[in-house]
Amino acid sequence: MTAMGDVRRQRIDELAARAGQVPEGEGGVSLVRSAFRRLRRDPVAILGAVIVVVFLFVAAFAPWLAPRDPLAQTLLGQVRPGFIPGAQEGFPLGADQLGRDLLSRLVYGSRQSLLIGVVSTVLGAVVGMALGVLAGAFGGWVDTVVMRFIDIVLSIPSLLMAISISVLLGQNQYALMIAIAVTQVPVFARLLRGSMLAQRGSDYVLAAWALGVKRGRIVFGHVLPNSLSPVIVQGTLSLATAIIEAAALSFLGLGDPDIARPEWGAMLSTAQAFLSVRPALAVWPAVCIIVVALGFTLLGESLREALDPKFRR
Amino acid sequence: MLRFIVRRLLQLVPILLGLSVLLFAWLRALPGGPAQAALGERATPEAIARYNELFGLDQPIWVQYLRFLGRAVRLDFGTSSRTGRTVTTEFLERMPGTVELTLFAMVFAIGVGIPLGYLAARRHGSWLDSGAVIGSLLGVAIPVFFLAYLLRLLFAVELGWLPGSGRQEVRIDATHITNFYVLDGLLTREWDAAWDALLHLVLPGIALGTIPLAIIVRITRASVLDVVNEDYVRTANAKGLSADTVRRRHVIRNALLPVSTTIGLQTGLLLSGAVLTETVFAFGGVGSAIYDAIFTRDFAVLQGFILMLAVVYVLVNLLVDISYGLLDPRVRVR
Repeated sequence: MTAMGDVRRQRIDELAARAGQVPEGEGGVSLVRSAFRRLRRDPVAILGAVIVVVFLFVAAFAPWLAPRDPLAQTLLGQVRPGFIPGAQEGFPLGADQLGRDLLSRLVYGSRQSLLIGVVSTVLGAVVGMALGVLAGAFGGWVDTVVMRFIDIVLSIPSLLMAISISVLLGQNQYALMIAIAVTQVPVFARLLRGSMLAQRGSDYVLAAWALGVKRGRIVFGHVLPNSLSPVIVQGTLSLATAIIEAAALSFLGLGDPDIARPEWGAMLSTAQAFLSVRPALAVWPAVCIIVVALGFTLLGESLREALDPKFRR
Repeated sequence: MLRFIVRRLLQLVPILLGLSVLLFAWLRALPGGPAQAALGERATPEAIARYNELFGLDQPIWVQYLRFLGRAVRLDFGTSSRTGRTVTTEFLERMPGTVELTLFAMVFAIGVGIPLGYLAARRHGSWLDSGAVIGSLLGVAIPVFFLAYLLRLLFAVELGWLPGSGRQEVRIDATHITNFYVLDGLLTREWDAAWDALLHLVLPGIALGTIPLAIIVRITRASVLDVVNEDYVRTANAKGLSADTVRRRHVIRNALLPVSTTIGLQTGLLLSGAVLTETVFAFGGVGSAIYDAIFTRDFAVLQGFILMLAVVYVLVNLLVDISYGLLDPRVRVR
């Protein structure tokens, strides 16, 4: 449609076209292995990976890592208007406005935040890839219909799109995930379609056609596996966006209302009200969101470089 | 060129139609449907039935859609259940504030971003370069509303340097002609009113402009790094052009092409971010109205505002597209 469409499409096409190429002088080394070899030498990639792994570890083992019950209002007795207890024996980061241990809430919060990020990104990627494959494999009017639909979705600024879906589906964690997933769909659809179009004329696809291989097998056996690396790159970058967007929706009152599941976005938005009383309440969840988003972005960018033949040396 | 513009305009038609179908379906799919949306959550069943009859909601769905489309073309999106005024009136009253804010944010992002990105690229590997890269990564990772709160807390609440809420000091009895407060102040020669409105833009504008700033710095830097290694730059240097000429005529001019497209892409980001920043700063633009509408379940406002913002977004992108066609003749051919 517009400039946005063109530029994004162009970039995705470039990315997709490169995905199918076999690097020179690296015959015998698989794409994954050579990419991994380069990632290991890249300090940015290592930093990103370490951040991501640490947070995934914390999320996975939250019940064992958290010093206390994130819901127990142990320090409620100390909370007074204009005063929220700070760090003390057994509470390294102090308590929140309801006397609950902040550190434990942060640890448990990683579960929900990462879950929302991962589920919505995977959902968006799967639906987007399906649409992209549909458009790319069939072409013609199917392509036109799918891409017009994507253009329409893209014409609504992403947060507004997420807001309208959240309002429609009501407030629960699934609505939140779906709302974010929908905003991710167009990127993946474009990526896959571009990749398929780029590979349509490639020798191995032509050879498969000539051998009489059915369309389905060409798509799923040849084209799709060759399109996966840009999808992985985009997926890693989208995870960062998804986590930030979840925080934004929480802030707008469209988050998960279940208080039994602490979540960074929700913690951050409730803490705004106590910013002048105890800024740490907002700062810590914000730091978590920023660091995780940064981790995924760094990992994604270095994956892009590692998987992109243009950067190979 | 005219053909290029006409073609782009024609491409808008299916998108706008699709948008209208989407938002029509959205309102229908809401629990309670359009009647509840218009009358509010506490409407009695009789009132809903009367409303349904009055607005033809007992008609077949396609008749309803055509009517909706007919009203939408005349910019009639019903009335707000909260204020009782028409959605369009509310929108037109609030849009100028958002336009001022996004313009300020964009000027900030471009004004700081392009020089910073350029310097970072020219001093590749220096501390300035590393700082710009790290800053631009952080700028994308920080939640906009948190940054807005921090800026407000620091510069408005603690230091008191800048106003932290609203669009203009209420004590200033300013005349409003266009609802663009800065412009109004200039038109009526009420300089203090214009200055005050401008000061009110600074903090929300910086908060809103941070993400575009981060992106512009990164793209400018990457693009300058690409261009300085091009053959034509080496040629220009080799044939003895002054460093200044090479910079102006060859490096900057070519490096800014990709930057200019990203600037168009940022509009959607800005409109999304405006909802968050305006809410933090109680700015009284379109964004904070959307926040209020979410809370009061004012669906007519949500539908109308989202549709109109989407149209604005599409039109801005069209303008950017056309201007890009003017800048780079290769685009027109495609």
